[in-house]
Amino acid sequence: MLKGVDLLIPDGEITVILGRSGVGKSVLLKHLIGLIRPDRGRIILDGEDITRMGERQLIRIRKRFGMLFQEGALFDSFTVAENVAFPLLEHTSLSEREIEERVREKLRQVDLEDAWDKYPSELSGGMKKRVALARALALDPDIVLCDEPTSGLDPVAAATIEKLILETQRRLSKTFVVITHDLKTALSIGSRIALLEDGKIVVEGRPEEVLKSGHPLIEAYIKREEIGKEVG
Amino acid sequence: MAALGRWFISQLRELGGMGLLGLWALRYCFPPRWDLFFKQSERIGVRSLPVILLSSAFIGMVFALETFYALRKFGAETMVGASLALAMARELGPVFTAVMLTARAGSAMAAELGTMRVTEQIDALEAMAVNPISYLVVPRIMGSTLLAPILTGISDFIGVAGGYAIGVLVLGIDAGAFVSNIEKYLEVTDIYYGLLKAAVFGFLLALICCYKGYSVRGGAEGVGRATTESVVFSTVMILVADYILTALLF
Repeated sequence: MLKGVDLLIPDGEITVILGRSGVGKSVLLKHLIGLIRPDRGRIILDGEDITRMGERQLIRIRKRFGMLFQEGALFDSFTVAENVAFPLLEHTSLSEREIEERVREKLRQVDLEDAWDKYPSELSGGMKKRVALARALALDPDIVLCDEPTSGLDPVAAATIEKLILETQRRLSKTFVVITHDLKTALSIGSRIALLEDGKIVVEGRPEEVLKSGHPLIEAYIKREEIGKEVG
Repeated sequence: MAALGRWFISQLRELGGMGLLGLWALRYCFPPRWDLFFKQSERIGVRSLPVILLSSAFIGMVFALETFYALRKFGAETMVGASLALAMARELGPVFTAVMLTARAGSAMAAELGTMRVTEQIDALEAMAVNPISYLVVPRIMGSTLLAPILTGISDFIGVAGGYAIGVLVLGIDAGAFVSNIEKYLEVTDIYYGLLKAAVFGFLLALICCYKGYSVRGGAEGVGRATTESVVFSTVMILVADYILTALLF
């Protein structure tokens, strides 16, 4: 699926990996956190090659990441609060009261404090993604990976998620890697955009550079957006 | 012929996968997660108790009924108790308890882990630096391995009690003879080996059901298929293991 991806992700910025459905964006994201190992090549994180790491070392590396999965991947037998508290319970020695305060803070940041006792089955798609984002940020990770954070959401909910990602990145200066098939989302939040096509990164740069690149796929995206505006 | 070969290879692959999962589970047994173990023990053991009690009582009752009429032909009705106790301790208790656990708890394990797999919850655990085998599989295998003998012991007792109720109170077997023949013919090793078999069955059913759920592919259909296959395969393996263990132990 991936045939020689060559990509540099700068620290402290939002890098968006844009591409069509089924091109391997989620697969690439899972490589970054070591959930999938490449057949060839290296993934270097702050000078360390994670492709050569054993399990214990990968556990250490993964604690630096937070990941927002496409459908949220919330634990459906846990409440919202228990989901957000989970990484804190597993990896910290905070007291119950401290964990509760931290969970409230994270849920407040995504405007879901009222959903404390709800189960994932009682939440809308947008709410699930916001809880998943709160959980991804629970340990204050250095790097946040977001798999299609706005897919399946209505425009208002999608805008809310985009705003949350931007605000979180500005407030905490984290490195975000966001994958999406939506050019609008990419332009809204990305400080750098990389286009994944045919298993490779074919265009990369600032949003304005990517828009002017003339790549046929970018042109097709732009045309689609214009058609959308005309119909609207 | 090719289809048979493909099926055989796929079964070998499954057995290999289960073996690997078993080895990983043994590796991650220590240090034990007692909180998760007790949670699973409650789900596997405590919640299975009503169905185990009910089925054991009826197994004992029907066994007493059947053996009474058979043994009466030889004038040996008083041996109903001993034959029931031996059958429960050595075979019926361990096997029926394991089959009930498979149907109730094993299918739930496969369905739960399968659903977690297709909704990326297992990936989320790994992404949060939590080993999913240690968190999900080990407590279930430990719980099933340790609870199966306990439930079997309870099943043995209730089965004999059910048989006593029918044999003595309904069929008129002498109560003293019923009990004294149990004491005379049932040995501690019969009970001990039965509980050992139960532990092996508990381990097998949890390993198979967890493997089927953990390795699901293909969405809701895959989860359904895995749940069905886990129950069927576990039941078959329990019967195969029963034969092997009986030949070795008794």
